[in-house]
Amino acid sequence: MPETDNAFQAALELILGLDPTLLGIVALSLQVSLAAVLVGALIGLPLGAALALWCFPGRGLVVTLLNAFMGLPPVVAGLLVYLMLSRAGPLGELGLLFTPTAMVIAQSLLVLPIIAALTRDHIRNLWDEYREQLHSFGVTRLRAMPSLLWDARFALMTVILAGFGRASAEVGAVLIVGGNIEGVTRVMTTAIALETSKGNLSLALGLGLVLLGLVALVNGTAYLVGERARRKLG
Amino acid sequence: MNDFCQPATWLPPASPTGEPLLRLEGLGFSHQGQTLLQDIDLTLAPRGRTVILGPNGAGKSLLMRLAHGLISPSSGHVHWATHDSGRPLRQAMVFQRPVMLRRSALANLSYALAARGVAWRRRRSLAMAALERFGLATLADRPARVLSGGEQQRLALARAWVLEPDVLFLDEPTSALDPASMRAVEDAVHAFHDQGSRIVMTSHDLNQARRLADDIVFLYEGRIIEHTPAQSFFHAPCSQLARDFLSGELLG
Amino acid sequence: MFRNRRIVPALLLGCLLAAPQAGAEARYIVLASTTSTENSGLFSAIIPPFTEATGIAVRIVAVGTGQAFAIARRGDADALLVHDPAGEAQLIAEGHASERAEIMVNDFVIIGPAEDPAGITAAETATEAFAAIAATESPFASRGDDSGTHRAERQLWQAVDIAPQGEWYRALGSGMGATLNTAASMNAYVLTDRATWAAFDNRQGLVLLFEGDEALFNHYASLLLSAERHPHLKHELASEWHRWLLSEEGQQAIADFEIDGEAVFMPNARREDDAASGDE
Repeated sequence: MPETDNAFQAALELILGLDPTLLGIVALSLQVSLAAVLVGALIGLPLGAALALWCFPGRGLVVTLLNAFMGLPPVVAGLLVYLMLSRAGPLGELGLLFTPTAMVIAQSLLVLPIIAALTRDHIRNLWDEYREQLHSFGVTRLRAMPSLLWDARFALMTVILAGFGRASAEVGAVLIVGGNIEGVTRVMTTAIALETSKGNLSLALGLGLVLLGLVALVNGTAYLVGERARRKLG
Repeated sequence: MNDFCQPATWLPPASPTGEPLLRLEGLGFSHQGQTLLQDIDLTLAPRGRTVILGPNGAGKSLLMRLAHGLISPSSGHVHWATHDSGRPLRQAMVFQRPVMLRRSALANLSYALAARGVAWRRRRSLAMAALERFGLATLADRPARVLSGGEQQRLALARAWVLEPDVLFLDEPTSALDPASMRAVEDAVHAFHDQGSRIVMTSHDLNQARRLADDIVFLYEGRIIEHTPAQSFFHAPCSQLARDFLSGELLG
Repeated sequence: MFRNRRIVPALLLGCLLAAPQAGAEARYIVLASTTSTENSGLFSAIIPPFTEATGIAVRIVAVGTGQAFAIARRGDADALLVHDPAGEAQLIAEGHASERAEIMVNDFVIIGPAEDPAGITAAETATEAFAAIAATESPFASRGDDSGTHRAERQLWQAVDIAPQGEWYRALGSGMGATLNTAASMNAYVLTDRATWAAFDNRQGLVLLFEGDEALFNHYASLLLSAERHPHLKHELASEWHRWLLSEEGQQAIADFEIDGEAVFMPNARREDDAASGDE
């Protein structure tokens, strides 16, 4: 990769040069973070909705824990997943350590609490508003859940983007469970950490700008899709 | 406190099976130590328009929600008759502030139809017919939440209409509306009644009650004071409380 | 809206399907090594010829020496390439490693501010230099992360009976590159391996002040992990790697690796039929 003094110049050269190594790293970063968000959403959306709709003994504790885990340090999440996936650990047989799958698992752990906790909040508000009318229609809570999730879709889009932000920004988890192996588990954030540790600061910053641009692109796309939908249907 | 007033000469018009539509027996409701309704004994005939009156805090909305099944009573029973065909009665409710789903007006109706198990092929045509009936056809694809207050309430009525309810509950449906919209809602109530729906309504507006009611249930501080035909209630209420209420001297 | 609804999940699915599968190529080994070794760039020079010769890919997990040993103990790596003889001996004693062979040597150098406030250029030995730094309480940046470099640094302090403490001694808990970055901004002395220094780009006011003492030599060894203790590891493939490092080809590849025209690592593998030892 080229080295320059100016980070912006470095970023531009990286983007325009279409360096295959960089493209590979970018693709992997997107794959891992998007997959983590998908897993986090598939579990977190119904989980959050269920916590909003059903009362059960200990619900307060579950909600408190969920909120607390929104702040789970990525490096701790990475360490926990490492201990689980390590050969000496309970899931060692799966041989998932130092693979992108392990990175997706670790990032899902970080994304899930955010999506679940914030979904619970939004669905709670919506349920307060809809409850009597849906009850009048004869809609059970189970049947109401997908309706509520759909009706809250714009707010939930932002929630999912928040999850994506958390996943694409973290380095601690993917570093430990992925090993930053060149061509296999190296993503944008770990590449930036590596270049920084080698003293290539301008390159590192250039990579950082590319990462920011990437995240902005994802957010921008989501915003446009959302606005079009909102204008059409509200 | 006065007696429960129900002139002996007035009997609920008999249903074909001789069974009343709704029977509330010894119904009561308490919340956090406070008794909000007690000793509710009420019988409703199969046809007609009942308006529930009373000052603020009397428990009108609460009574409706108990009857509709939205809340469970603390004591007593709610007995509903079944339809002649044997199926349970279809009920619908319209609230003071209409609850609009974040979808188009048409989709709001389709949702209600789906909830009642109507096949998806039929939903669109049924929904469009209802929208036209209530003058909302041009707003079919508009997001329901951007409609005006009056349009939303009409949409809520259209949504109830599409369910072909045997019983329609309305909880102060016009208190938030301007006179023109109020007129539209009252016309809708007439339409439901003509279709055969049993109307149970609460209102703050005595004139509206005069216009719409066949019989009046008068509540005060959680008890039923009177249940009489509308005419006799407004001309010669049998309880002192009702008299005070009608003259505007009764505070909630 | 319905069109949009289908595009997004389709995109996501496409992304996932294109994701590299975990076990797509089975002919690879996981090699745990140190950050300083990777940062030097050595692996880019010696891995390609190995892969070409054997068809085995080498996936390098570069961490601190302590973490590399932890990974080995847990059976998460097929082979090790580290530079901490004491730790290696312990790993063998514990039964986790079955074979050890020295493959190359590089040396540590002492870097410091150009003004050299502790006057270590005049020192005869590394320990003298360290003593001078402690005596003048000049700022010193330590890796503090139990790495090979850090352990070597600790041994030097022990040799002059000094337990470094105080404002001037900064234990950073970071890798070599990060430590150099901090040392550069603090204008501090720092012990580093020659290779990392040669490749380091952010020198600012720092220059190389002391080198050459035997005490600063850094011995690299390749370790194979025990097939008994960790039966699931790829022992055959790891053995091929191990033998290749010791072979003429491997040793030559190490010798050929240069940074800015300077050879950084000296191959010193002992051959079984070699009576004279190759290391200094």
